[in-house]
Amino acid sequence: MFENIFGIHEQALMVQGQRMGVLAGNLANADTPGYKARDIDFAAVLSQSQGDTALPLAATDSAHITLGGTDPATGDVKYRNPYQASLDGNTVEMPIEQAAFSETNVRYQASLNFINTRISELTLAINGS
Amino acid sequence: MSLFDVFNVSGSAMNAETIRLNTTASNLANAESVNGDATKVYRARHPVFQAVMNSEMGLDDAADASSGVRVMGVVESTTPPVQTYEPNNPLADKDGYVYSSNVNSIEEMANMLSANRSFATDVEAINTARDLLLKVISMGH
Repeated sequence: MFENIFGIHEQALMVQGQRMGVLAGNLANADTPGYKARDIDFAAVLSQSQGDTALPLAATDSAHITLGGTDPATGDVKYRNPYQASLDGNTVEMPIEQAAFSETNVRYQASLNFINTRISELTLAINGS
Repeated sequence: MSLFDVFNVSGSAMNAETIRLNTTASNLANAESVNGDATKVYRARHPVFQAVMNSEMGLDDAADASSGVRVMGVVESTTPPVQTYEPNNPLADKDGYVYSSNVNSIEEMANMLSANRSFATDVEAINTARDLLLKVISMGH
């Protein structure tokens, strides 16, 4: 009965937390020459963690690079396509990164709220009052 | 890789931006420095930033997803110093010239603003991560 009581939100928290780390890395490297901004495709990682995987490429040689992470905890980190890259090769665009960061913040809090509500519901069911 | 990495990543960036602010302060302070020898005059200094992967920072992260910043080194500007004819200056060379530093004050001010903004962004990221983690700790209460 208590298996997977938090549904998708358990994994969502993990992925959002990871995405936040990646975005913080982008913000941190806003002034680093040659740094390429990265991000996690949240929808892709989530559907992957739900078992909805696309057919993966078989790695038959040690030199083959796996496309995207197979482990939902590490997620697949991809490079961002910049609207306008700077001359020094840096592709961090502050407004976009900041927007993505606050979006992740809100989503993280939403998942937390869902989990908290679930806990309250279960506590209510257990106590009966 | 978790929300805790934000502290390390943004912390390293704050450190790098502090070094940048320090060099800017040093450059502005020496903007009017003069010397009778063109090779000994103060030259503008600028830090060179480099992304540092999580595994290098000693964090347990196979995916190397987020990255901090480190200052690879501080380089001196190669712009030639400004030569002025000031025969009355005690530092003047035998031809009466003094050399003033190649610091461009306007450039330094812009640099300072940029460092300030980046620093503020990093602080904001740390605050956000802290708030979220505190909420995780109080989960279910």
